[in-house]
Amino acid sequence: MSELEYWKSRLAAGKVSRREFIGRAAALGVTTALATTLASKIAGAAPKKGGSLKMALGHGATTDSLDPATYPDQFTGTLGGAIGSALTLINAKGEIEGDLAETMEPSKGATVWAFKLRKGVTFHNGKDVTADDVVASFRHHMGEGSKSAVKSILDPITDIKADGKDTVIFTLAAGSADFPFLTSDYHLPIMPVKDNDVDWQSGIRSGAFILEKFDPGVSVKMKRNPNFYREVWIDDCEIRTIADVTARTNALTTGEVHFIDRCDLKTLGLLQRNKDIKILEVTGYAHYVLPMLTDVPPFDNVHVRTALKYALDREDILKKVFLGHGTVANDNPISPVIQYAIEPQPKYTYDPDKAKFHLKAAGLDSLKVDLSAADAAFAGAVDVAVLYKEHAAKAGIDINVVREPNDGYWDNVWMKKGWSASYWNGRPTCDWMFTTAYAADAAWNDTHWKNPRFNELLVAARSETDTKKRASMYAEMQQLLHDDGGLIVLCFNNFVSAHSNKLDHGPVASNWDEDGMKLPERWWFA
Amino acid sequence: MAARALNPIIRTILQRLGLGLVTLLVVSVIIFSAVTMLPGDFAKAILGQSATPETVAAFQKEVGLDQPPVQRYFEWIGGVLQGDFGSSYSNRVGYTRTVVSMIRPRLENTLFLAGMTALIAVPLALVLGMLAALYRNSWYDRLVNLVTLTSISSPEFFVAYILMLFLAVRLPIFYALASVDADTPFWERVSRCALPAMTLVLVIVAHMMRMTRAAIINLLASPYIEMARLKGLSPSKIIYHHALPNAWAPIATVIAVNLAYLVVGVVVVEVVFVYPGIGQLMVDAVSKRDMPVVQACALIFATTYILLNLLADVISIVTNPRLLHPR
Repeated sequence: MSELEYWKSRLAAGKVSRREFIGRAAALGVTTALATTLASKIAGAAPKKGGSLKMALGHGATTDSLDPATYPDQFTGTLGGAIGSALTLINAKGEIEGDLAETMEPSKGATVWAFKLRKGVTFHNGKDVTADDVVASFRHHMGEGSKSAVKSILDPITDIKADGKDTVIFTLAAGSADFPFLTSDYHLPIMPVKDNDVDWQSGIRSGAFILEKFDPGVSVKMKRNPNFYREVWIDDCEIRTIADVTARTNALTTGEVHFIDRCDLKTLGLLQRNKDIKILEVTGYAHYVLPMLTDVPPFDNVHVRTALKYALDREDILKKVFLGHGTVANDNPISPVIQYAIEPQPKYTYDPDKAKFHLKAAGLDSLKVDLSAADAAFAGAVDVAVLYKEHAAKAGIDINVVREPNDGYWDNVWMKKGWSASYWNGRPTCDWMFTTAYAADAAWNDTHWKNPRFNELLVAARSETDTKKRASMYAEMQQLLHDDGGLIVLCFNNFVSAHSNKLDHGPVASNWDEDGMKLPERWWFA
Repeated sequence: MAARALNPIIRTILQRLGLGLVTLLVVSVIIFSAVTMLPGDFAKAILGQSATPETVAAFQKEVGLDQPPVQRYFEWIGGVLQGDFGSSYSNRVGYTRTVVSMIRPRLENTLFLAGMTALIAVPLALVLGMLAALYRNSWYDRLVNLVTLTSISSPEFFVAYILMLFLAVRLPIFYALASVDADTPFWERVSRCALPAMTLVLVIVAHMMRMTRAAIINLLASPYIEMARLKGLSPSKIIYHHALPNAWAPIATVIAVNLAYLVVGVVVVEVVFVYPGIGQLMVDAVSKRDMPVVQACALIFATTYILLNLLADVISIVTNPRLLHPR
């Protein structure tokens, strides 16, 4: 293979960027014009308009509604992301960007935030998007009797008001430098105001697609919004609910759909052999955990917790249960792709001797504990528990795997039994993740962990606008959680999806599956 | 004579209908208590990990789950008696979703698939069964038995995937997905339903075919058939005119059971082919704890069984009035 051929293949495999390829080609004496043509041929032409996209997702139920307060999963999330837009969005680099908002200005130690809206944006019915719509859309989730999934993250907002037609002022109870990340949540699209609330029923929003037909639990049809403020390539889009993974895979291989999420990992190798199909793996914020209640014996002893952390062979779990589709974690819930993430030391690797040492430090010769698991927590949870039992046996720890029913798992097991399996979709910032699950008073503090130093730092870091200081604070908090916390993070699981090679895309966002749940807006037909 | 013969039939039908209603009432109590005892509730199922005590309470208040169960039962059954199945829990302010509006399109889809399957499966099973009885122990009889027993012994999803592999993936003749909606034109609907219908035919034909065969063979040994044979009637005439009319009772019962299965038991096929039928609606509703929908589906299923069994009984009685006067 000539060197040019080599670089061509590297580009085709996505191992080098287009720019790098052109540079290498130029170094080999190829003219820039020819190199550009080559690059376009290999990497697919620039995005072009047209095509009807059909996607099949493993989520969706007949109880789904267009009310963003109760969007339960990726089906409504992707639907909501296509028809609506929030104030901000998270881009492929994990940074925050204005979406409906043009600028976000903090003041007074980040307790007051002014969002200026993009000019000339209209809803699908032609009405202008104004500050009043934003205020009503946020109020929809707040206040007494709210059923919204984001009620608790919006609790720190003490006041929202419109300042003129295109400025919204948020006042927070305490400073929060990461506030624009919160406003990107998929539960927070901006909807038109209608008698003291918002009109969510009609599905009229300001997003890239206009809703045509929604049949909950079955499918949704949408067509491109010609007045959208960004370039969108797909003409129309249909998303179907196909809960059965085999049916989903069949739909892709027979060409009935162009994209499926949540591929069957066990048969991924077979799917990979199909030359019309591409597999897409993205490491996101999502992670699988085994939280221990730190106020329940024997988990109230930090040495017991540490012993258990050393008694687990994470590499083995990743390899055998998740078939390698993920990244081994180090009992830090902050994904390595998130800003301020660190790798706490020492790294927890499988070490029965250290586990025994910590057991002895806790004053125990042997340990017998129950671990509750069900596949409701995540696919493979029971397998993980059984494998863990084998690992821990070598350290003199006897794990009794309690197989729980899937039904009612979140009610009866999670946060109730001393040690259980669970998952987190993750959050885009340290503050959000910590506030949701590790702050002493958090509603979902699933380890009942109350560390004074951690909670002190959490409040301080939130309003700290000096990035260097913030970084050191978050580093200390991750270290605390790693050393003292009650969670065992197994791995950051990949989003594994597959698509027809007719579809093409740029860099893929990692905050959610489906390209940050914005796939219809961002992808195109090659 | 005719009037006196009809009267007891009508009386029996009315008796059975009354009994059916009582059964339904008992079933409704069982359904309601079973659903109430399921762990978890709608709010927690919808909000999942994001459920906080506050949001859960708000949900429960809105859908009336804060009322005592007995009161909720009587409110529900009172509505049902007036033909009102209530609203789904996914109702929101300004957005009504009645149970009827959710169930109707799904039930229509299910009945369409069931009807299509029955149209193929019932005549096919009868013909195959009669021929098998006629040519008992021939290679034909063995072959039909082998094929139907194989298909009934394989799990539905396996039959479905095999058909899909060969008839949709390798040879793209049919659709792998049977996703239809109200706007799907009739013939496209038929072709989309081809594979699920084929799967169901393979699954139910054996049962009906073998019962037909057994019933007829049983009768063929009786003296009056021997008489007919001695008169020199052709075998097909014997079966068609003399044996079959007396064989209807057991055959009708088996057909009724299988038809009921087509309405209430095809969840697996619906899942595999992504067919929006009532089975999937019920599974969805159970997993999300949408009680009004679960209860309505269960009642529809119970009604289907009761009515089809009644129909089978009536057919048995009409074709064999001796059954009216049990000894």
